[in-house]
Amino acid sequence: MTRTIAIAPVRKTITVEAPQARAFEVFTTQMTRWWPATHTILKVTPRAHIVEPRVGGRWYSVGIDDSECDTGKVLVWEPPSRLVLAWQLGAEWQYDPNLITEVEVRFIAETPARTRVELEHRHIERMGEKAEAVASAVSSPGGWSAILESFKAAANG
Amino acid sequence: MAYQNALAALADPTRRRIFEALRAGPAPVGRLAAKLPVSRPAVSQHLKTLKEAGLVADEADGTRRVYRIDPKGLASLRRWLDQFWDDALDAFKAEVEKEQSKGKNRT
Repeated sequence: MTRTIAIAPVRKTITVEAPQARAFEVFTTQMTRWWPATHTILKVTPRAHIVEPRVGGRWYSVGIDDSECDTGKVLVWEPPSRLVLAWQLGAEWQYDPNLITEVEVRFIAETPARTRVELEHRHIERMGEKAEAVASAVSSPGGWSAILESFKAAANG
Repeated sequence: MAYQNALAALADPTRRRIFEALRAGPAPVGRLAAKLPVSRPAVSQHLKTLKEAGLVADEADGTRRVYRIDPKGLASLRRWLDQFWDDALDAFKAEVEKEQSKGKNRT
């Protein structure tokens, strides 16, 4: 199976009652305060989610034991209006430096006190190679526990 | 979350056997039922659950449906991401507005 199936990007829009610059700041430098606790690839409780404020900056999580896990990196850094992050977690929920899916976030000032936030997570199909690896692991002898483990890791994630 | 659905779907031993039977290749309901000590309607029901969890896909072949392991599993992944970003942006909004209301002393 080498054909590529394009998957529609995930698109979300939300309006927040805050100035554009504030919305950008909370989204990036204060990610720790809002990033859902249900999502982490750390093996321990996270204490911080960091987006380094520059192009090429790391996007990573730090655990309470100071262990670190990368999620991706900063591709575009244009405060206060635009941010593109590389989400480099594959279908097996593992960081893969060779995988780049993009999360673009646009901050649009509707009024001085209100900002529309548009998010697009695209190139999800690039996770396909990993997903295919999962599928072939299932098809191989003894592969059953491997997929269960990866699903479990994702669900516990 | 789709991944939780996948785990839950596979927690059932009969569904696991059906899923494993599909490792040998695509098969219609009847052939799967013949291999397993499970009625055909029960196999259909299990396949429906596996499909909803994004683990198998099906396609029409004349009057019957042929099931196979979803080779990409991306539909499931996309659903998970879709839900994830809903949750994340809701949490983001709550945090931003909490800060704003503190600053402006409003609720």
